[in-house]
Amino acid sequence: MATAAATATVNRRDVQIKRPRVKPARVALHAFLITMVAIWLFPIAWAIFTSLRTFGDTALHGYISWPADGLTLINYQTFVTEAQLPLYYLNTLVVVVPGVIFTLLLASLVAFGCTQFSWKFNLTVLLIFTAGNLLPPQVIIIPLYYAYLHTPIPYFGEIDINAWNFSFAIFSDNTLLYDQYIGIILIHVVFQTGFATFVLSNYMKTITKEITESALVDGANVLRIWWSVILPLCRPALAAMATLLFTFIYNDFFWALVLMKSGAKRPITTALNNLQGEFFTNNNLIAAGALLACIPPILVYILLQKQFVAGLTLGSTKG
Amino acid sequence: MANTTRTAPARALGSPEAGALVTTRRRRYTLLTRRDKVLLLLMVGIPLALDIVLIWLPTITSVLLSFTNWDGLSDLTSKNFVGLKNYQFMFTGYTLFWPAFSHNVIWLLWLTFIATPLGILFAVLLDREMRGSRIYQSIFFLPVVLALAVVGLIWELQYTPTDGFINNFLGIAHNSHLIDWLGNPRINLYAILVAASWRHIGYVMILYLAGLKSVDPSLKEAARVDGATEVQTFFNVVLPVMAPINVVVVVVTAIESLRAFDIAFIINQGKNGLELLSILITNNSVSEASLVGFGSAIAVVLLVISLVPIVAFLTRVMRTF
Amino acid sequence: MGDSREAKRVRNRLMLGNTGLELPLDLDLSRRDVLKAGAYGSLAAFIAACGGTSTSSGTTGITATGGKLTLGSNGSDPNSKAGIQAIVDAFDQANGGTKTTINTVDHGTFQNQISQYLGGTPEDVFTWFSGHRMRFFADKGLVTPIDDVWSAVSSNYTAGFASSVKGNDGHVYAVPTDYYPWAVFYRKDVWAAKGYSVPTNWDDFKALCAKMKSDGLIPIAFADKDGWPAQGTFDILNLRMNGYDFHVNLLTGANGQKWTDPKVTAVFKKWSEITQYYSPAFAGLTWEQGADQLLRKQAGMYLLGLFVSDEFKASGSQADVDQLDFFPFPDLGTSFDAEKALDAPIDVYMVSKKSPTLSGDLGQAKAFMEFLAKGSTQVLYWQHAPGSIPTASDADTSQYPPLTKKAVQIVSAAQKITQYFDRDSRPDFAGPNGMQGFLLKFLSNPSADTTGLQSQMQSFWDSLPPE
Repeated sequence: MATAAATATVNRRDVQIKRPRVKPARVALHAFLITMVAIWLFPIAWAIFTSLRTFGDTALHGYISWPADGLTLINYQTFVTEAQLPLYYLNTLVVVVPGVIFTLLLASLVAFGCTQFSWKFNLTVLLIFTAGNLLPPQVIIIPLYYAYLHTPIPYFGEIDINAWNFSFAIFSDNTLLYDQYIGIILIHVVFQTGFATFVLSNYMKTITKEITESALVDGANVLRIWWSVILPLCRPALAAMATLLFTFIYNDFFWALVLMKSGAKRPITTALNNLQGEFFTNNNLIAAGALLACIPPILVYILLQKQFVAGLTLGSTKG
Repeated sequence: MANTTRTAPARALGSPEAGALVTTRRRRYTLLTRRDKVLLLLMVGIPLALDIVLIWLPTITSVLLSFTNWDGLSDLTSKNFVGLKNYQFMFTGYTLFWPAFSHNVIWLLWLTFIATPLGILFAVLLDREMRGSRIYQSIFFLPVVLALAVVGLIWELQYTPTDGFINNFLGIAHNSHLIDWLGNPRINLYAILVAASWRHIGYVMILYLAGLKSVDPSLKEAARVDGATEVQTFFNVVLPVMAPINVVVVVVTAIESLRAFDIAFIINQGKNGLELLSILITNNSVSEASLVGFGSAIAVVLLVISLVPIVAFLTRVMRTF
Repeated sequence: MGDSREAKRVRNRLMLGNTGLELPLDLDLSRRDVLKAGAYGSLAAFIAACGGTSTSSGTTGITATGGKLTLGSNGSDPNSKAGIQAIVDAFDQANGGTKTTINTVDHGTFQNQISQYLGGTPEDVFTWFSGHRMRFFADKGLVTPIDDVWSAVSSNYTAGFASSVKGNDGHVYAVPTDYYPWAVFYRKDVWAAKGYSVPTNWDDFKALCAKMKSDGLIPIAFADKDGWPAQGTFDILNLRMNGYDFHVNLLTGANGQKWTDPKVTAVFKKWSEITQYYSPAFAGLTWEQGADQLLRKQAGMYLLGLFVSDEFKASGSQADVDQLDFFPFPDLGTSFDAEKALDAPIDVYMVSKKSPTLSGDLGQAKAFMEFLAKGSTQVLYWQHAPGSIPTASDADTSQYPPLTKKAVQIVSAAQKITQYFDRDSRPDFAGPNGMQGFLLKFLSNPSADTTGLQSQMQSFWDSLPPE
């Protein structure tokens, strides 16, 4: 329906565009936008430029100068070798991927339960979840921290990658939830489930209940229906949420700051805080580190831009 | 429509496996077995239990702890109960509380009246047939995918007094006219608000663009035919129709300003003009100071303030459900 | 994080005595072990006696060899990190192949999170500071007393260092490893070129600042983005104007001393006389950036700890380090000048209480603490971080350059030594939520009346729970 109208308007405007008249207003608009784009991209461009220079060069010639030693990748090299960048990427991967998967699992379960069936409390449950995600994390961090310190978690073994000094304990290497990957994954999942539930339930509301009912009539149990019927229908929404959740969990700074103590276990965004302390005045190194940290989300964004935007807007428009 | 009277034998009315009533538009008979009910209970119940245990219980515990002077290290006994003493001190004696509070307010006002309108402006400008619209959108949205900590570090490269771009560009990096963007408590909050806006504007732009796409174009056409300018069309026709989006944008803005933490923390740990309520909580409680009770009191204040946009958002959710 | 190069060479190359056996490549044996092996007559017997390489093997009194150890370190600067790695490598080798794991956390973050760290799952041994800040955590039962270790090493320390590691209950909780004085640093070549001379009193000091300003220098480099550097200036002014006893009472609230005292107001007033000479935009600069101003001849003087030489070493050359010199903070014309008091913080190592691995590693932890008390170990660290002077009496001082010898001398000439504001006071008072913020507030408007600010400091102190 909307597309037909859109096509109609496009056709009408096509005729207008073919007229060889350049409106001054349009030129002004482009000029304005291009200026804004330049301003927008400048901080990143400057960070890239700074990161490609050596510390000695900028110390001697200042930061606004043509690189006397030429552009170099040495800062990035330093990160990979001395600062153990692969380890930090691995830490992040180990937290983000399970985080996204489990969040989507839990959120789709709740959304399914609350939208496909009518019972007294399904709105209340939805509200509880949505509100939970809107709280600033600092409100709950104190009791959460102590809870983590006192929750016993068994140890069944671990996965080690000795080349990078990486060790993933299953499930805890100090018998607690504190300072464990499991702990960080858990809080991410619970925290993000609120937002994901909200968005997915918005989407699932558009799935008619007939589908569930006929599946029930056919003898399937609810779990089966969720997995084989509803989830495939939600693929676009799930894809959208996956990209969003990847970015949210990847970019989180706070949880691992408090709930982990090992410098070598922290995911990369939180590890940036250590970075400032370790490489003090070396702005070139700091620039390289910051840029390295933001490459994965930018990649995800470039490759999956449509899903990203869809995810954000799914939660805000009327389904 | 599907056959509404067909039922499988095992699920006949009154059978032992019959479960709860599933009410739909017209039907009123059972489809869920007891097993289904249990499954549903688990499917919703387990996430709910996790949510309550890891988010809502800690919230309540924070409130309770705010009435103590516990230091988190020794045992918590009844001796630690101090009633409203933490709140009293926070509101009347603690040098950093009201500055932090006002900084959160400034953050909210700035985002609401400067960043959000700019985001809306960009959305309106880009919501038309024009070459490069997608590219513009992608670029303006790019900072949104960056972590706030990364945004802080990138902008620090601009703001550092002696090594940053801005002062060097203005040629004042090494003389006494130096502008201390990060250290001057009168301007550093605004400096990082620029950085935060760099991100917030793209976010609002995308939300608004999605909403604008759903506005019926015939409404705009009608206004144009009536002789309204673009500005008039926007304020009198488009804006009212976008009411649901407006609510979302306002709520998102409010919540972002209450959640502000990362940028201020990574720049200087939230001192000297960059105090925020979230930072006060962290610096007092999960820090060497370990003033858990006092930090919890500040957390309660943040909670109460956050409830305003949260309740607003939930009300809207309830209405559309 | 592996063995030192020495151990590797031994492992891969040595033939075993007369047996003609070549060492297998993946046995973790040190040179000492290899020599011992000869006595066993065969490699097999030796290995059997060793009991393997990853389990604890035998104890002598309170210490243990082999096994494992965990170390929590705040030495995140490249110099400190290298120094600690060197110590750990030496220890691992000397202690029968102990495998030590180091958890390095950024310097500031480590301090910030120390309460959560010690109350949570700390490493067996961790780096920390002497002073009230040490006793604070000892009182809360988060540290293991090490009286037995101390009785083995106390002969290697002066009385001053011995008292710096005692808790309030008289037990010993730490081993001191290094210290450094706070003084006013300058570059000899810059001063020689401009013809400056060391000021001995306050008026000369201010006159020198004025002269430096007219010469186009930043008279006093100052950098307080981190919040703690400013406390050094408060300390020295308060010590010289009001004396050591007043200072200690003020920082610990002892004997009813309050921040609203007019003597404190006088300190702020005095301070405001030199703030005009500080680096512009100092609240946005880190101490390393301040040191860079001194290094690059942009600033004339810098009140900081001896660790300023670490930054000179890292960002400059040895020639720059050789140009570094200092003088003690000028006299203020009070009776307390005679105390020659100064900040000379002592860094220590401590054994935690709640480490999950401590029960198994206690012997190794105590062995490590004994190892740290040796002069040779401390000198090894010092070679990487020249700003950290060894505390052990048997440290080989012949290698000390003139700067270090001068630093040792200024500390031994002092009659009263303080540990630095944030180590002499309660951590919940001196941190970013407290005095760091208050001092920044003062510095944003130094000439304003400080009585209001002082009463806020006092209310904050009063609001703190009893220690």
